[in-house]
Amino acid sequence: MTRGSGRVRGARLLTLAGLAAGPLLVVGVFFLLPVSGMIAQGFVADGRFDPGGVLQVLGRPRVHRVVWFTLWSATLGTTLTVMLGIPVAYVLHRLAFPGRTVLRAALIVPFVLPTVVVGVAFRQLLGEGGPLGRLGLDGSPVAIIAALVFFNLAVVVRTVGVAWENLDPRPGEAAAALGAAPWQVFATVTLPALRGAIVSAATVVFLFCSTAFGVVLILGGLRYATVETEIYLLTNDLLDLRAAAALSLLQLLVVTLLLALAHRARSRRSAPTQRRTPHPRRPGAGDLPALGATAVALALVVLPIATLVGRSLRVDGEWGLAHYRALGGTGTDRALVVPVTEALANSLRTAVDATWMALTLGLLVAFVVTRRSHGPVERRVRAGLDALFMLPLGVSAVTLGFGFLITLDRPPLDLRDSPLLVPIAQALVALPLVVRTIVPVLAGIDDRQRQAAASLGASPFRTVLTVDLAVLWRPLLAATGFAFAVSLGEFGATSFLSRAEHPTLPVVIFRLLGHPGGANFGMALAASVVLAATTALVMLAVERLRVPGVGGF
Amino acid sequence: MHRGATAMSTLVCGLALTACTLTAENGDDDAEGGETPSATPGSTVVLVTHESFALPDRLVRRFERESGLDLEVRSAGDAGSLTNRLVLTAQNPIGDVVFGVDNTFASRALDEGVFAEHAAELPPGGEELTLAGAEDLLAPIDQGSVCVNIDTTWFAAQDLAPPQTLEDLTDPAYEDLMVAPGAPTSSPGMAFLLSTIAEYGDDWPDYWTRLMDNGLKLTSGWTDAYSVDFTAGGGGGKRPIVVSYDTSPAFTVDEESGTSSTAALLDTCFRQVEYAGVLANSDNPAGAAQVVDFLLSEPVQEALPTSMYVFPVDADAELPEEWVRFAQQPQDPYEVDPAEIAEHRADWLTEWTDITTR
Repeated sequence: MTRGSGRVRGARLLTLAGLAAGPLLVVGVFFLLPVSGMIAQGFVADGRFDPGGVLQVLGRPRVHRVVWFTLWSATLGTTLTVMLGIPVAYVLHRLAFPGRTVLRAALIVPFVLPTVVVGVAFRQLLGEGGPLGRLGLDGSPVAIIAALVFFNLAVVVRTVGVAWENLDPRPGEAAAALGAAPWQVFATVTLPALRGAIVSAATVVFLFCSTAFGVVLILGGLRYATVETEIYLLTNDLLDLRAAAALSLLQLLVVTLLLALAHRARSRRSAPTQRRTPHPRRPGAGDLPALGATAVALALVVLPIATLVGRSLRVDGEWGLAHYRALGGTGTDRALVVPVTEALANSLRTAVDATWMALTLGLLVAFVVTRRSHGPVERRVRAGLDALFMLPLGVSAVTLGFGFLITLDRPPLDLRDSPLLVPIAQALVALPLVVRTIVPVLAGIDDRQRQAAASLGASPFRTVLTVDLAVLWRPLLAATGFAFAVSLGEFGATSFLSRAEHPTLPVVIFRLLGHPGGANFGMALAASVVLAATTALVMLAVERLRVPGVGGF
Repeated sequence: MHRGATAMSTLVCGLALTACTLTAENGDDDAEGGETPSATPGSTVVLVTHESFALPDRLVRRFERESGLDLEVRSAGDAGSLTNRLVLTAQNPIGDVVFGVDNTFASRALDEGVFAEHAAELPPGGEELTLAGAEDLLAPIDQGSVCVNIDTTWFAAQDLAPPQTLEDLTDPAYEDLMVAPGAPTSSPGMAFLLSTIAEYGDDWPDYWTRLMDNGLKLTSGWTDAYSVDFTAGGGGGKRPIVVSYDTSPAFTVDEESGTSSTAALLDTCFRQVEYAGVLANSDNPAGAAQVVDFLLSEPVQEALPTSMYVFPVDADAELPEEWVRFAQQPQDPYEVDPAEIAEHRADWLTEWTDITTR
């Protein structure tokens, strides 16, 4: 009896290890190795191991200031994003009204826009000459935080929205029938059920906020520095690897702590995902506050984008499409190596690769971390794995990029010139989003459903198909869209790794912005609009793929 | 239960297999780094450069045809990032030859022994721009100056005499009229700081205090200084004085009147020289040397203004017409010893940040 169960347990652990091996290898080679290689450089001074120097850096008053600003701006940015994102998720995923698919697609646009472009758009609005110039927000932390909310709103809306869609309406209905007011239903039934998804989204948003780079520099007018901008400066310009290593370690520590906290907050069992999903209903009077919040969110997203579109249509002081027509070429005086249209094709190709990589890895990770654990050790291992795959979001792209150069340079890992590096790096950024979208739903599947299917004679494959996949369908589509958008918009790692002949669209936009001449600037903005529109179209197409019947009986 | 997981992994692996076709297509151009020690025809030579590098396709193709080499260009961030990547990978370089290390970053790379010797034959005018002590390691390819630019139309309309010198910029008459990219985040920003260090020596912090008191606005990069805050940058900005390049006036020419609406203040300039060099430990040093010579050849030198917005080092190279008319070069730009820049860069930037965020 004991021997028998031992064998079952061994087999289960073996499967666990087998499933985790692929993702572990990828994260090991393309994340842990480069980052530790770079940090190790900081610990060596004049060929000697010297940890004291690194610790000394942490005592600098400037470092304290930088860390403090990073923490409070990221916390505030996350809080506001979540508070605004929850009502918007409700409106866009539980209410039925014309145009909601278009709105959903539109809200993800900020997520892919290059930070430089968004920075310019925000500054056009808030700057001395802009329509909101009177508010005096240019160069203030308010502008930085507004931009953080702008960028990350989609993360909350999509993660929470998908979970909300899958929520069984019956407990809420029962509570209401027993006399609970709508807000009581929300506070006592809905919110606890969404807790996992909200904490997941908040974690990801916090990681994005705390590693925000361009936004802080452009909108803060150099007055504010975060750990991320500091690491960039120390590594890229000053080559002060010791100080950079100190800050990178600090970053890792804070992120790990955060992930542990998030895990605790999440670990109460998620509400079981039911096979009966509610139908979206028409908005009623009680939905007014949520609709109001959605209007605010829309204004926040639409204003900068409208500024951007407006300026892309200004040609020499008049309205025109010349900047868009120029996209088939290489800019005035050949500012570019390839036409923008070709860069768009590169972007799309890379995004397809990055998406399947992120989905494959994400599914494996999600399955590994959501299986029921037998014993505390196994549970801890699974929690550790879960956190490990979130880490890449919380670590500086510069550290990773320089790490690639010095650790992946020799056989058998002579990979630094490989064309696969770009999609792999993008997939690592998208992976946490994929995992966080799938896990809450997967964790909610009652294991008894699988057991029932198996006892009714379903093969393992059929069990996955009829039990898991039936519910996973929607989050998988959401995750696909997410991964695709991340890849289309990713700039930090991509600009470091992409090869000159095959630039992606954000890289080309950055390049155009750096060249003098109004025509190149206009082209950069037009290209950004094209990038945004492409993303929105892809999102719409993905939404179309949703087959409503599959989720329910 | 674990059988369910196994099935899922089979499914996922199947997915991955189908997807492999995509990468296969992508991997077609996965050229191998040059393995051969000499510039044998057909070998690959890898040029590492910054993200602003661009040359007309036909020139590159002609070089490949004539040399029999396969030229692969890899861009590696801005000039600072490029230099630091070379320093970190000195033992196993990321390419064979580099273009784009400038006089503000060169000495760090020289100290680390990043370059191999190649005594390139310089065109007329090139000798004046070599780096003392590194004549055989780095060949000057182009130069351009960072100067304070003014919107002449704006000053004419306001009936205000425009500033001329660095000192003028602290004059209350020009309060709140200037915008500049920051030194830590922007290469022209750094060049402007170096101008002030060359002019004021150890008193530069005092000058910057006065500049900030006079309402200097700082941005993170050149792009948003010029295109958002500058009055003549097309973004409806409010500030008619900006830190930009000596070539910028050639890009604000009004087609109807045939004049430029901006001008560079030639007494405020710092000259940046960009160099090319063969990398030590390269796999293809002979091919690398050929690339350096190619960059110094007349067709490339004449293509530099339109491709990269910089002046060729070749004094005989023909310039585009607008440049001849509107892009005036400083006669006597500010200079700071590259070794001194390497030594003090971190301190200067720390002090600068303290002053500007006070």
